[in-house]
Amino acid sequence: MSHPATLAWLSRHELRLGWRDWTSLITAGGRTRTRNAVIALIVFAAAMHGFAYWIVAGYSDASLMSEPTTLVAITTTLLLSWSLLLSQAMESVTRAFYARADLDLILTSPVSSRKVFAVRMGRIAVAAVAIAVLLAAPFIDILVVRGGARWFAAYGVVAAMGAVATAVALALTIALFRLVGAKRTRLIAQIVAAIIGAAFVIGLQLMAIFSGGTLTRAAALQSEWMLAHIPNADSVFWWPARAALGDGVALAAIVLFSMALLGGAIALFSGRVGDHAMAAAGVGSARVRQRRGSLAFRLRSPQRVLRQKEWTLLLRDPWLISQTLMQILYLLPPAILLWLTFRNGRDDYIVLIPVVVMAAGQLSGGLAWLSISGEDAPDLVATAPVKASRIMAAKIEAVIGMIALIFAPIVAVLAFNSTFAAFVAALGVLASAGGATMIQLCFRVQARRSQFRRRQTSSRIATFAEAFSSIAWAATAAMAAALTWFALVPALIALAILGGVKLISPRND
Amino acid sequence: MSVSRPISLATRALCKKFDRPAVDNLDLTIYGGEFYCLLGPNGAGKTTTLRMVAGLLRPDAGSIVIDGIDALARPEAAKQITAWLSDEPMIYDKLTPYEYLEFVAGLWCIDAKAAEGRARELIGWLGLEQQAHERCEGFSKGTRQKVALAGALVHDPKLIILDEPLTGLDAGSARQVKNVLRERVAAGGTVIMTTHILEVAERMADRIGVIANGRLIAEGTLDELRVKTGATATSLEDTFLALVASEAAQRAAAE
Repeated sequence: MSHPATLAWLSRHELRLGWRDWTSLITAGGRTRTRNAVIALIVFAAAMHGFAYWIVAGYSDASLMSEPTTLVAITTTLLLSWSLLLSQAMESVTRAFYARADLDLILTSPVSSRKVFAVRMGRIAVAAVAIAVLLAAPFIDILVVRGGARWFAAYGVVAAMGAVATAVALALTIALFRLVGAKRTRLIAQIVAAIIGAAFVIGLQLMAIFSGGTLTRAAALQSEWMLAHIPNADSVFWWPARAALGDGVALAAIVLFSMALLGGAIALFSGRVGDHAMAAAGVGSARVRQRRGSLAFRLRSPQRVLRQKEWTLLLRDPWLISQTLMQILYLLPPAILLWLTFRNGRDDYIVLIPVVVMAAGQLSGGLAWLSISGEDAPDLVATAPVKASRIMAAKIEAVIGMIALIFAPIVAVLAFNSTFAAFVAALGVLASAGGATMIQLCFRVQARRSQFRRRQTSSRIATFAEAFSSIAWAATAAMAAALTWFALVPALIALAILGGVKLISPRND
Repeated sequence: MSVSRPISLATRALCKKFDRPAVDNLDLTIYGGEFYCLLGPNGAGKTTTLRMVAGLLRPDAGSIVIDGIDALARPEAAKQITAWLSDEPMIYDKLTPYEYLEFVAGLWCIDAKAAEGRARELIGWLGLEQQAHERCEGFSKGTRQKVALAGALVHDPKLIILDEPLTGLDAGSARQVKNVLRERVAAGGTVIMTTHILEVAERMADRIGVIANGRLIAEGTLDELRVKTGATATSLEDTFLALVASEAAQRAAAE
């Protein structure tokens, strides 16, 4: 048993909290669900290994003697994963500054805040490494089974990536605090995290579009331009890739470097984190004075005031906008491809339709949750003299209205190229948005809008159903645009998903 | 209390069961222009009763009539003349008090001009002029509760249902809220309120109902309740504790 208030004691406390957070996330807080959660995890792990086999089995023979394109492919994969880890670590570090759960207790205790935050940063690093290792495990396992034990080195690379991501996230967030102050850091950090998470994928797609005119990322990575501009094979730039391929020296170097970087960042910044956390504590009382064009009340129907309320709340909440921003960011590459296609008069627009339809489904899911479940004044709305069905209809109209506003310009540009493609895209957007909204309706819970980030973990069935429904409608739209009767297959799958959701909905009572 | 006055709220054989009966055959009669306080220990069924009256919970059995309207058969008509306010003010952080009142007025389909005049009046009464055009996100608990109360009153309800509305308010805010409620009752409105602050019930209520284990165990003016316990010079606190203890003893004996 460690002594109270020592680093070991605090670490044990933090790890216990972290473990309980994680288990409650998996089991939704219910002890009776633990067995089901374990079974689901085993099934998920098996499915992931199957998926990993399909993706990486062909690359298990890769070695240090392989073509330069192998190093490019591995480094790109590592960079992509690292950008997502960095995005996640930035979210965690920002939360550590602003979450007030136990900070008041900690900051008023006689324990050194530097020590407390050093442990807290360590916990974030452990979580980042654990998530990275868990997600990478199926792929590495398959490579080990197919290509030999040398691939175990990839685990070390992944752990080092998690440590470096936490160190960089810590430095970036501290820099933001110094640059923009406590009041704006939270919002900007979340936007930066969202952009970092999406930027790498989008960047590659943009490169592919401009170099090959397609959305295929592999085209950019294997292009002549890329191969002409990469560093030499013995460059330090390739060490992470070389380490993953089993180079012991490279592995030792990057693991040592990552640990030194993380230790240095924690030692350097943990003192300042306490000061910044205290500064962040005063941000909650900030007030915003609203200017209005007209001070007179306007006579509107209940449905209209409900719709207006939903739109106003969304538009006035930059945090929520940043949370949905990433989904809209993914529309950028297809929009550019659309522009290039239209300019060149080719028929590649068909590949755009599923991307647009899928984005509509995902965006609708988020907006529908905010509108239907994320009601901050449920009692007020429920005690209003308006039928519950009319209230729900107004909320759904608010979601569909927002989706129409976002996707109408894309459909309109498509219409210049092909009226039929625009018609299919519009129907696909409507079906996908309608499906996602229906799923949110079936799994609605009473929650505050600030719990938006938790929506995907509150009902995993709803999350998966939403994703699969969007994918099925996207496939339907793509095949319909290509004028094939096979479009009926994914459409039936989408309808089956919605039927299944309706059947198991906890709202059936 | 005179029985010739119109009945504002009547519940008959009202029942609601969760794991155990929360409200058990509850009969309540509250008259127009009356300030009625519902007291009871934690878990007695006070909030469940009020949530059923407000239309937030469906009773398992029984009836609720508000101002002659069957609230279970015609919920929208009953809601048109009622207002609900809980101890946790539920308002929108990103709206200003002024916009919040405009939203509430829209939900209740109140004439815009009348609602605007009423909103200005309430903002003045509750001392919210300085914050009227600030977003609610930075407001203190007391200010948020005052905004929520203004929202409850902007459509001029006949029956105001309040669940612990003074919890967490400072003395000044509590006084403002009490004054507004008194004015509403003086103007003919009816208030039914739960509270754990017995001094408030003692000073403000025309009649007090004591509820325990979902049943109404005593009802009347403070003097009538004192007579019931056999002690004429005791405080409401003593009277309330004696009534609850007596009910617990009877229940234990019956079991």
